[in-house]
Amino acid sequence: MPQIVVEDLKKTFRVAERQPGLWGACRGLFARRQRIVHALDGISFSVQPGELVGYIGPNGAGKSTTVKILAGILVPDSGRCEVLGRVPWRERVATVAQIGAVFGQRTQLWWDLPVIESFDLLREIYRVPTASYVRVRDELIEMLDLAPLLDVPVRQLSLGQRMRCDLTASLLHSPSLVYLDEPTIGLDAVSKLALRGFIRRMNQDRGVTVLLTTHDMDDIEALCSRVIVISQGRILSDGTLQELRSRVTPERWLIVALVEPDGEISDPDAPIIKRTGGRVYLRFDPGRVSAADLIGRIASRHAIRDLFVESPPIEEMVARIYREEAACGHTGR
Amino acid sequence: MRSYRAIVSARFRMLLQYRAAAAAGFGTQLFWGLIRVMIFEAFYRSTTAAQPMTLPQVVDYIWLGQATFVMTLTYYMDLDIMAMVRSGTVVYELLRPLDLYALWFSRSVASRAAPTLLRALPMLAVAGLFFGLRPPASAASGAAWLLSLAGALLLSCAISTLLSVSLLWTIAGEGLSQIVGFAGMLLSGMVIPLPLFPDWAQAVLNVLPFRGLLDIPARLYSGNLPPSEAFPLFVHQLAWTGGLVALGRLLLARGTRRLVVQGG
Amino acid sequence: MRDDIRLYLRYVGVSVRGQMQYPASFIMLSIGHLLATGGEFLGIWALIHRFGSLRGWSLAEVGLLYGIVSIAFSISDATSRGFDAFAGMLKRGDFDRVLLRPRSSALQLAGQELTMRRVGRLSQALAVLLWSASALGAIWSPIKAALVAGAILGGACLFFGLIVLQATTAFLTTESLEIFNTVTYGGVETAQFPLSIYRPWFRRFFTAVIPLAFVSYFPALAILNRPAPPVLPWVAPLAGLIFLAIALRVWHFGVRHYCSTGS
Repeated sequence: MPQIVVEDLKKTFRVAERQPGLWGACRGLFARRQRIVHALDGISFSVQPGELVGYIGPNGAGKSTTVKILAGILVPDSGRCEVLGRVPWRERVATVAQIGAVFGQRTQLWWDLPVIESFDLLREIYRVPTASYVRVRDELIEMLDLAPLLDVPVRQLSLGQRMRCDLTASLLHSPSLVYLDEPTIGLDAVSKLALRGFIRRMNQDRGVTVLLTTHDMDDIEALCSRVIVISQGRILSDGTLQELRSRVTPERWLIVALVEPDGEISDPDAPIIKRTGGRVYLRFDPGRVSAADLIGRIASRHAIRDLFVESPPIEEMVARIYREEAACGHTGR
Repeated sequence: MRSYRAIVSARFRMLLQYRAAAAAGFGTQLFWGLIRVMIFEAFYRSTTAAQPMTLPQVVDYIWLGQATFVMTLTYYMDLDIMAMVRSGTVVYELLRPLDLYALWFSRSVASRAAPTLLRALPMLAVAGLFFGLRPPASAASGAAWLLSLAGALLLSCAISTLLSVSLLWTIAGEGLSQIVGFAGMLLSGMVIPLPLFPDWAQAVLNVLPFRGLLDIPARLYSGNLPPSEAFPLFVHQLAWTGGLVALGRLLLARGTRRLVVQGG
Repeated sequence: MRDDIRLYLRYVGVSVRGQMQYPASFIMLSIGHLLATGGEFLGIWALIHRFGSLRGWSLAEVGLLYGIVSIAFSISDATSRGFDAFAGMLKRGDFDRVLLRPRSSALQLAGQELTMRRVGRLSQALAVLLWSASALGAIWSPIKAALVAGAILGGACLFFGLIVLQATTAFLTTESLEIFNTVTYGGVETAQFPLSIYRPWFRRFFTAVIPLAFVSYFPALAILNRPAPPVLPWVAPLAGLIFLAIALRVWHFGVRHYCSTGS
């Protein structure tokens, strides 16, 4: 019995275009030109209880639109959607009472209140029976080591601390389904690890279904058995992480800042992708040449100021999938 | 004195509604003016005793006040200056070889000129056509009025520049400007025409600078103060303006030295 | 319903405690507010003193009107901050979080803040009302006292409804419309004096469009034993409640619109 069912969901937005200059502003008072944005162009998927699903895509792909629809705060233009057996936007209160949500950028806690008071207020809002509230709350406090933070006003917390509190807050009413939107954004490496560990425990020990939207591939690698890739309102890929990886040839980027910005640089195993901002971007396959070897070769032949090794951004990967899909004649479903 | 301290409340609220010096909604002001006209009409109809002003003069007074409100009575601090002081970058301004006071003063004038014209002309037109505003009592009255308007503008800018300067001394200048705005509204006649204040208050009211903002121009316009008495009134406006300018320049110089000495 | 009230009271507790954290500031602001509003009636006193009466209404009679309207407004002013500041909340994108909670959005906004310093206006208006009541002496009866309370309550609902409507327009435009402030504050100013002194179209506006007269003028007529239509003054305060109910309906339409078009 799937907890989330999404079928052919479509949503377009009209965005008023602001015209430049004073004359444009005057005209804008009378006739607004509108741009139509297809945020969702027929997406479908379903999520079973207990899954930990990654939902990735470039900016503007439709991720937050999807989450808003699943939370009942946005109405789609067409298509079918059921969350925990209900149509979210038709039964907002009932739906929202059973899910938790964490948005990385915004807190759901009250800025000036001590953390524990935010929790108490949420208990009242979610109508959680006292006994279960106390039990769940204390368990979470212990699991996330929040005891020293309880009396601190939220505005004084560091980002990592705040995220832990937000995550706790989203679980106080024991929801069976939780949406996490960029929960690790802006965190330092240690906090990221801790948060990921917690999310994993949440999912594996307590069976909480998690829909995780993120830009961070490391989050995906660490947590998700299943990954849905969305781009430009369409689902490009929906399967396990292994399947996703195998579709995209492995690749790493070597970014080199030369002493001489326009200097020559080349390597047989590392074609140049682009030169921008005084840096040269080289692509290489870590399966064919190790990063260490490549760096050694380049450093011995050229004068280097600085260099980095990175995974290509999601946009690149997604774009690659898109191109491969188009090349194979699929439309990505 | 206490008794009239804040009849302003309603007007003070009006002040609070205005987001920036020039943001007074046209409709809002029309509305306010109209309410007050009707209230005074009712009061005048309640008695046959003679009053220091006739009802038509009160009506003129009210509409002139609304029309020139932006110019004379908004003391919202120049937000740029405020931001500069808060962030400390005002130091750069102070160290420039410019006459800073003159600069701030002219900014003050500039920020009032356009919005005033934009607001005053339509308001005078509408009030004149529909709501009982009469033309000036005579050509001489009209001329005296225009001259006193110029005086009111300068006076208003002197006050607001002084308030800006006061920011150098205390960040609580924001509160100060609210208090001054308050007082200005009340003591200029914006809330109740000054002649209708109790008789024992008239002496004080006539000495204070604020009457130069509205009371003097409005009463010259309607002839309540005849043109023959215009000259001493101009002197009143200019003397206060001069005094406040001098004070402002003095405080600015002192404040500059203080900042420089303290190293910002 | 009961747990809605409980939630509201909890919100209020949180808000009050927050403001009490800075007692000095609260006291100063309250006094400032008291002073700012307190001179209002003194001004009326002075004008009546000079002119003798206001179209046959004595100071105590005007005081009754003034007290009712001012108390009603200060109650609404103190409780409506959430809606008043809604345009800003919408712009910052914080409204989604409200919708993500399983309670009515109106309740959450209503509970956002109880602005304590409005007690300044409330106390001076109460003082005026009590003075006027004693000055009017013999006219009182328990039913009339109940009518005063009803008028105050109806008036508070009316002003609250205006703020709710103002907040609703934020869904359509990004700025709070000036017009609502005008009507609200203009309305308070207007209703402090007997409606009969105003021009006909003005009276009609504040009777038919915004039922201000129903929560102040008509009840006052009945209380002061002045000529009035027979039943009307006694049920008139209900108009305030009805107005608020309509405003909340409109609000819910606004929320639905927001959910359809997104932010």
